[in-house]
Amino acid sequence: MTLRATTWQTVGPFFKIGLAWLYRDDLAAADVVGERVEITGRVFDGDGNSVPDAVLELWQANSRGKYAHPEDDQNKTLDKNFSGFGRIATDDQGRFHFTTVKPGQVPAPESSSKSGLTLAPLQAPHINVSVCTRGLLRRLVTRIYFPDESANATDFALLQVDPTRRSTLIAKRSASSTSKFDWDIVLQGPNETVFFDI
Amino acid sequence: MAPIRPYRRYHPGTQPEHLHPPYISSQKRAPSQPLVYLPHTISEVTGPVFSNELVDVKAFDLTKQHQGEPLGERIIVSGRVIDEDGRPLPHTLVEIWQANSAGRYAHTIDQHDAPLDPNFTGCGHTVTDAQGRYRFVTIKPGAYPWQNHYNAWRAAHIHFSVFGPAFATRLITQMYFPGDPLMANDPIFNCTADESARNHLISLFDWQTTMPLHALGYQFDIVMSGRDATPFEVNHGAHR
Repeated sequence: MTLRATTWQTVGPFFKIGLAWLYRDDLAAADVVGERVEITGRVFDGDGNSVPDAVLELWQANSRGKYAHPEDDQNKTLDKNFSGFGRIATDDQGRFHFTTVKPGQVPAPESSSKSGLTLAPLQAPHINVSVCTRGLLRRLVTRIYFPDESANATDFALLQVDPTRRSTLIAKRSASSTSKFDWDIVLQGPNETVFFDI
Repeated sequence: MAPIRPYRRYHPGTQPEHLHPPYISSQKRAPSQPLVYLPHTISEVTGPVFSNELVDVKAFDLTKQHQGEPLGERIIVSGRVIDEDGRPLPHTLVEIWQANSAGRYAHTIDQHDAPLDPNFTGCGHTVTDAQGRYRFVTIKPGAYPWQNHYNAWRAAHIHFSVFGPAFATRLITQMYFPGDPLMANDPIFNCTADESARNHLISLFDWQTTMPLHALGYQFDIVMSGRDATPFEVNHGAHR
């Protein structure tokens, strides 16, 4: 008989005790190849109040589009000092930020066709995000995409999303620098971020 | 690229809904839009791999992090991390955090007026061995009051965080203790519809791991999502 996966429970308000030892807001050491990007944002609840007790986990490919994981068997080079994992908490204003290298494109599923559209063989650059907070009984999963990417138009995951909501997944380039991006998470309400069922 | 082998989706009812109104904090934080179904891609079937150097081999023992012994009932919490097909998941990171024996977290925002214990921080981590086993030595956490409703108390629990082999298998949960009368009225314990799924969060008292003259043993096995059955299964076998 098949067992059933253990049920999720909330991280609660005190997760810092157990999770802070692995906080990583700078994912890429100096020798890691790729374009440096800084992503800043805030987490908001359904009343528009900031969420000061959220923890985000990040998972991304390196700049060549390869994940540091045994099931990524693409013939691409890994970076010795890049695991692709990050973990960050929001501050008392609900803000977070992290720096990394912009991920490269990774393969899309082979049978990528929906509603007659033929999708691209590669996904657009994206960072996978898990969101946990007090009040969330299990994590929320979302993705960060980058603006001005032609690959966004044919991206496997973005095309699963109602076109009017896709913009919630795409970071905005900051006015101050071309390497800085803004990306907020809205847990509930108008402009609610798209969360995926994975 | 070899074809993607997706992970199995959760069995209906065995996971909490995002909105669980009796848990007040969920009311303004749960998404109101349905989640968007995403078939698994390489991004979901891969996940962080942690190096051995990262892991502090002493971090499994929460009673040895300070000068003195923490107050409270010393316990050993151990178990296995397996997938839904019963396969052990070796070398996966397990993190825990908890209140002290008086029901107080070593966290600045915990305002409960129970005493802090200078000899107890309440955090630990370890990795599973080749058979998927883990083991922590700690103190039985106390129950504590919270603001959710009149005379609300959290049942005693230990928070668990487990990665498993992929982004898709990530799990954060809470382990409870058998016979705790507070579970019946704890909206967090009760947020999952399926009674059997809830009851799997309750550890089992265990004579086999109880150490004479030293500590009581509790068993808590953790099950991570398994693989969808696919024709590609034969090419791979068990992960790692």
